[in-house]
Amino acid sequence: MIYGLGRGALRAVHELGEISLFGLSSLLGFGRQRHRAAKLITAIHEIGVRCVPIVATVGLFTGLVMGLQLYYTLVKFGAESALGTAVALSLIRELGPVLTALMVVGQAGSAMASELGIQRNDEQVDALQTMGIDPRGYLVGPRLVAALICFPMLTAVFDLIGIFGGYLTGSVLLNVDAGVYWNRVFESVSWADVQGGFVKALVFGLLTISICAYRGFNTHRKASFPGVRGVSESATRAVVWSSVSVLAADYLITSFLL
Amino acid sequence: MEAILSIQGLKKHFGDNKVLDGVDLEVSKAAVTTIIGKSGIGKSVLLKCIAGLMAPDAGRIALNGQPISWERASDGGTHCFSYMFQNNALFDSLTAFDNIALPLRETTRMKAKEVQERVESILEKVELEDAAGRYPGELSGGMQKRVALARALVTKPDLVLFDEPTTGLDPERKFSVFEMIADYRERFGFSALLVSHDIPEVFEVSDHVAWLDEGRIKFFGEPDQLNAEAETALAGFLNKANYGRKK
Repeated sequence: MIYGLGRGALRAVHELGEISLFGLSSLLGFGRQRHRAAKLITAIHEIGVRCVPIVATVGLFTGLVMGLQLYYTLVKFGAESALGTAVALSLIRELGPVLTALMVVGQAGSAMASELGIQRNDEQVDALQTMGIDPRGYLVGPRLVAALICFPMLTAVFDLIGIFGGYLTGSVLLNVDAGVYWNRVFESVSWADVQGGFVKALVFGLLTISICAYRGFNTHRKASFPGVRGVSESATRAVVWSSVSVLAADYLITSFLL
Repeated sequence: MEAILSIQGLKKHFGDNKVLDGVDLEVSKAAVTTIIGKSGIGKSVLLKCIAGLMAPDAGRIALNGQPISWERASDGGTHCFSYMFQNNALFDSLTAFDNIALPLRETTRMKAKEVQERVESILEKVELEDAAGRYPGELSGGMQKRVALARALVTKPDLVLFDEPTTGLDPERKFSVFEMIADYRERFGFSALLVSHDIPEVFEVSDHVAWLDEGRIKFFGEPDQLNAEAETALAGFLNKANYGRKK
């Protein structure tokens, strides 16, 4: 059992190293690409624009639920006026970056892993290589840079809509004074909180997109099955490992930030 | 004839399976060299080693006298040859025009107008002017092959590697693909290394034939010499491939 545990740990560390090198070489490869702006715009559309509706929807419902839950908790202590503080800080520090990352993984990450897996099986990745085009720089690099741009912005959208959701349940539904709610939001949120949330968003973006792209790109090496089943396995593992890594990284970053 | 591609002592194994065990081969300039052999004998592995898609364990590959560095090739650094894949490997999300223009846009400093002129010219040569704006999924198998061939030739490579270009095609289409290769070889003047199972049809377009068996090239010569070849194993292989009956 100890042998198996050690072997698993070594494999995980080895894989983490491979993913880091893969991400780095993709970013460097993107720097050597031609027509970078066009590729980046396409990637921003895929990772950013197309994820806005789902991020906004989840942000709204998260805010609505938090408004309800926190109101009924705070009212027990006669502290319902602190609702704005509780909703805003929870969202900006924790839930915003984490849930945004999970939503983007579900929407764009799985699609990316599948697309790259199909391109690998279809020899399109090999075709790029034989044409003299660095496949990592061409296919993965733009998506990584787009992730660095889009994750903080999507997190900001999630936070803002979530705080508005908290206002809807807290003030509109449960009669917490709107002025008090917004005043508490502005008073309690410091630049350090926002910065911390953005740091998390950047790390999650790099981590999740690297894992999803790595899984798809290496379908031929990493999946247990060839063909369609291999692609489906890669997409599933990409989503599972990205989600786990978001939660693990969140714990690590929070312990450093607090 | 002067050699464009020279392979010496190429070895590649997968575990205990020695797929290539010291391959020596020379591909002449402006000639079509065809590699024949049983399925799973290592023909595609040989092609992939040449293209830099697979790292050989030992040996030397030189293109135009310059050794090919596998590390450089795997980063997309070598492009004086083109590779036409068995299944065409066209990008589904790009039109026929964009598929053909891709290597020019990404690896050269050509202006958009020059790219357009070059692509339009090659589309005309492969008789696909009307299909320029269509996606691969909207094209027939034969048209897709021609798009793949156009993409392989648009950079004016010195050498084109064809990996079983007629797989999955009916006899009529197979013949037209071979005819297309022969015709375009005349027009574009490229050298070609072809892997094919289509015996004896492929001999019609081949200047040289190389027989890969047990990890080595055991016969190399002109197709006509095959008739005189008394080597038992090759004769057996050709008989199994219906060579005697079809020729």
